Amino acid sequence: MRRAYLAALFSLALLGCAEQPAGPELRVYNWSDYIAPDTVARFERETGIRVVYDVFDSNEVLEAKLLSGAASYDIVVPTSDFMGRQIIAGVFQPLGRAKLPNYRNLDPRLMELVAEFDPGNRYGVPYLWGTSGIGYNVGLVRAALGEGAPVDSLDLVLQPEYASQLADCGIAFLDAPSEVFSAVLQYLGLDPNSQVPEHYQQQARAVLDAVRPYIRYFHSSQYINDLANGDICVAFGWSGDILQARDRALEAGNDIDIAYTIAREGALMWFDMLAIPADARNVDNAHRFIDYLLRPEVIAEVTEFVKYANANAAATPLLPPAIRDDPAIYPPAEVRARLYSDKVTPPKIDRVMTRVWTAVKTGR
Amino acid sequence: MAVPGNRFSPTAQRVIGALPFLWLGLFFLLPFAIVLKISMADALIAVPPYTEFLARTADGIKLQATLDNYQFLYTDELYALAFLNSLKVAAVSTLLCLLIGYPLAWGVARAEARTRNLLLLLIVLPSWTSFLIRVYAWMGILGNNGVLNQLLLGLGIVDSPLTLLRTDIAVYIGIVYTYLPFMVLPLYANLAKLDQRLLEAAADLGANPWRCFWLVTLPLSRIGILAGCLLVFIPATGEFVIPELLGGADTLMIGKLLWQEFFNNRDWPLASAVAIVLLALLLAPIAVYYRAQAPGSAAVAVTAMRGRRDGGA
Repeated sequence: MRRAYLAALFSLALLGCAEQPAGPELRVYNWSDYIAPDTVARFERETGIRVVYDVFDSNEVLEAKLLSGAASYDIVVPTSDFMGRQIIAGVFQPLGRAKLPNYRNLDPRLMELVAEFDPGNRYGVPYLWGTSGIGYNVGLVRAALGEGAPVDSLDLVLQPEYASQLADCGIAFLDAPSEVFSAVLQYLGLDPNSQVPEHYQQQARAVLDAVRPYIRYFHSSQYINDLANGDICVAFGWSGDILQARDRALEAGNDIDIAYTIAREGALMWFDMLAIPADARNVDNAHRFIDYLLRPEVIAEVTEFVKYANANAAATPLLPPAIRDDPAIYPPAEVRARLYSDKVTPPKIDRVMTRVWTAVKTGR
Repeated sequence: MAVPGNRFSPTAQRVIGALPFLWLGLFFLLPFAIVLKISMADALIAVPPYTEFLARTADGIKLQATLDNYQFLYTDELYALAFLNSLKVAAVSTLLCLLIGYPLAWGVARAEARTRNLLLLLIVLPSWTSFLIRVYAWMGILGNNGVLNQLLLGLGIVDSPLTLLRTDIAVYIGIVYTYLPFMVLPLYANLAKLDQRLLEAAADLGANPWRCFWLVTLPLSRIGILAGCLLVFIPATGEFVIPELLGGADTLMIGKLLWQEFFNNRDWPLASAVAIVLLALLLAPIAVYYRAQAPGSAAVAVTAMRGRRDGGA
């Protein structure tokens, strides 16, 4: 009896394998929580292509897969400076512009910025972009610092005088050395992409060491929940993530008001790019998916859902005014003038940065 | 585990004898050789991100090996600190596992046959769930608003929540919890075989239970203790996931440093050098075990268990 049952189970399993559709396929590797709920499903319905959709949560993890040369994805989504380095390593294949009729929707001014790390815009199409800045709990920060709190300046987290008063309600930083260092260097009036080791080892380190005792933790996603719950009151983080924290607090109805500001000292502007690895197996399907994401109505829905801006000029009018006019998502021109981008740093500087970062975090 | 020799032909015996070597060659020596090779290369922005071991030049094939990466490990005290701290964390965790695991194993070994199987199952059962999920569960238990703090606050034992998560205490809890079965199983296998008559003889000769334990049970379970300690100490030294998820930013362990070299610095050669040095350091306790091990020890019993835990992660 039991044997018959097992045999039946086994043949069922075999049937299951046989039923896997052998039809067209597309393997996408994107950031977690970074697409609208039915974006992929609609593409599948429309084209009959089966999408295998995997997610990652750090550029480092994606990069290690790409550099090992066995990623087996058709579309990946690296961020600006990481992509710049991966282009040099020869990870991607050039895009077939002819297969992307919707490419014309892209904002030419933003494409110029993208060209700084993707020369000639050969390898990538911007998916979404954002900034790194300060997210804070309006009530708690006011309670700790009064009305005069410098919420529009990095002073809030980089000056011991303010940071010490916020330590009790909690400060979090991104665990992303290149992002934090570029902000600190910019704050000090130095080149945010400096290639001088001493700028990291001395100037930037002194600033971070002085506020280190007041920083509760370094993490690149934990702060979303913690801001929304009131477990921390200030986070140096990514724009859309902080806005997601704001929405979560609103949904929870817990009277927590989260705001995001781009520091007046300037802020990093980054792009997450759609790119096709050189060893992709479904190149045509990858182009179809990219072109689908270049449709104004598709990407507008993504932006509305994840609170990150897109680079699609035709999509802006389709957005609800609350998103289109939110300076945290689409910064006005005078704020945009203060944004800078991350450039590829040589391995020697990466090593210095990581080393100083470890020293700051561990106190060694 | 002895192979009943008379039932196999000499050829079959030889094949069976060669299997462990084949296994070691394929899954240990070969990967080791690859890591050793990478550790002597230079980092490069390419796929894969390091220089070739043998380069084709105009005058033929040239060897491109360097010891620079190993030299670099000496120039920065960070690596020595991380190695030392990892050894300390592993040693303390091993000791805690032994203190908890020994009575546990002894209790199981002394239990009635029927209860014994149930108890063994209870020890192994948690490892049927993914290791990662169990570590995440500890995050839920140890957090500021976690189960433990709620309980302590509710009982009035503490006034404000204890900070446990992202401290070294959480790391120890995580490691001891995860590796306890690897301590209990070899100890159990050893203690279950203990000849009861020896204890009876000791008692007859006037030894009290404590002396019986100290002079008979403990020395006879030496191999089990060593095997258990080894199975906890070695993986705990290189542990990455537990300190990453439960530890704080200032928890410095070699696994984390290795991750940084590999992912943040994209320096696969230096990461490989760190791994090779770690392996060399861990050879010392293995050598101790090898010398102490009598033929037919019980250590083999737990290899299957180890495999499960790694697979689960």
